[in-house]
Amino acid sequence: MLDTPQGGLWVAFKATLKRDVTLMFRRRGELLNPLVFFALVVTLFPIGISPDPAVLSLIAPGLLWVAALLAALLSLDSLFRTDYDDGSLEQLLLTPQPLAVLGLAKVAAHWLFTGLPLAIVAPLLGIMLALPAGSYAVLSLSLAIGSASLSLIGAIGAALTVGIARGGVLLSLLILPLYIPVLIFGVGAVQAAINGDGIAAHLAMLGALLAASLLLAPWAIAASLRISING
Amino acid sequence: MSLCLQARQLACERDGRWLFEGLDLDIRSGEIVRIEGPNGSGKTTLLKLLAGQLGDYHGELYWNGERLAKVREHFLANLLYLGHSPGVKAGLTPLENLAWYQALNGDKGDEEQRLRALLHVGLGGFEDVLAGQLSAGQQRRVALARLTLTRRALWVLDEPFTAIDRQGVDALEKQLAAHAQTGGSVLLTTHHALAVSPAVRSVQLG
Repeated sequence: MLDTPQGGLWVAFKATLKRDVTLMFRRRGELLNPLVFFALVVTLFPIGISPDPAVLSLIAPGLLWVAALLAALLSLDSLFRTDYDDGSLEQLLLTPQPLAVLGLAKVAAHWLFTGLPLAIVAPLLGIMLALPAGSYAVLSLSLAIGSASLSLIGAIGAALTVGIARGGVLLSLLILPLYIPVLIFGVGAVQAAINGDGIAAHLAMLGALLAASLLLAPWAIAASLRISING
Repeated sequence: MSLCLQARQLACERDGRWLFEGLDLDIRSGEIVRIEGPNGSGKTTLLKLLAGQLGDYHGELYWNGERLAKVREHFLANLLYLGHSPGVKAGLTPLENLAWYQALNGDKGDEEQRLRALLHVGLGGFEDVLAGQLSAGQQRRVALARLTLTRRALWVLDEPFTAIDRQGVDALEKQLAAHAQTGGSVLLTTHHALAVSPAVRSVQLG
């Protein structure tokens, strides 16, 4: 009558990823939110500061990165919230599979629908800010790598605050300090590309941050979810 | 191999109030155990605790004679928990919901099986409708389809009859009885008068 655990971790990972992708695809309206926010912020700056390309190109790398970071932050609150509300998070915690891996699947889906699109549209918005030529590809690449770390780190905060009714502000306060290294090296890469310096060091640091987040964040997410459900 | 979930001297405190203290409870193969008590007496908390979800309690839980924390994975592989919220995603169809639950067990399953389970809970024809468009009772039936779909020995059900119509209640009662007769165990809370054939053991809280 009793069953021993079967394994099948890969099946569970794929199914969770597919489930989240399907769900996000069906809420396309919400998906656009971070992108619209990103575009709005970037549009307002030339109006607010100066339309002069010389001024804009100076602040463009930092501005694009900060706007993308905030857009990614905005989308984090709902990462575990809907699952918490409808009881499926409870079920996720009661599977014989390691929670860390299933959490990673959810983060991967989140990145596919926020970080990656942000990285893709960033060059377009770069044109609006007169971003110097030759740095567009680096901007996209640094955002793609960096936003994966942002999703992973942010998911820890989202997991910690999922049980709190209005956890949005707390979530931002918790994880913004952890976002700073990613921001520094992300902007550094774009800046280096503009100046014609080597970008490898900055991208390597971004990669290292991603590797560290990939290794550590899933366990932190799993532990945080357990704490949140406990309360 | 038969199953045995034991609680020894279980106590749980919420907001400075003891919900229950010194609770001893044994659940063995073939038993249906019902937790009774007025609203707010800690029935849901006790079920969550016995399903291994809560960490802040006093006392000890044993699964087949071993401490639950040590054999957690084995315990979870044999547990089916249905909570207050059915755990059904509004943005997915009943079929997709069930497919995810099957996959969480590491089992790909097949469409045929899932369709049969949905038919069994009276959701034939609704398999491709988004669960958000179904009624509360139908959503709960999607969750109940997991009882048919996944073979688990220990069922922990929190108010499984909520929003279910009379025919559904009859069918579910039969299913609970059949599960107990084949060596499974059921632990549930309900305010509903249960009419099942193996005697239901009651545990009073509050």
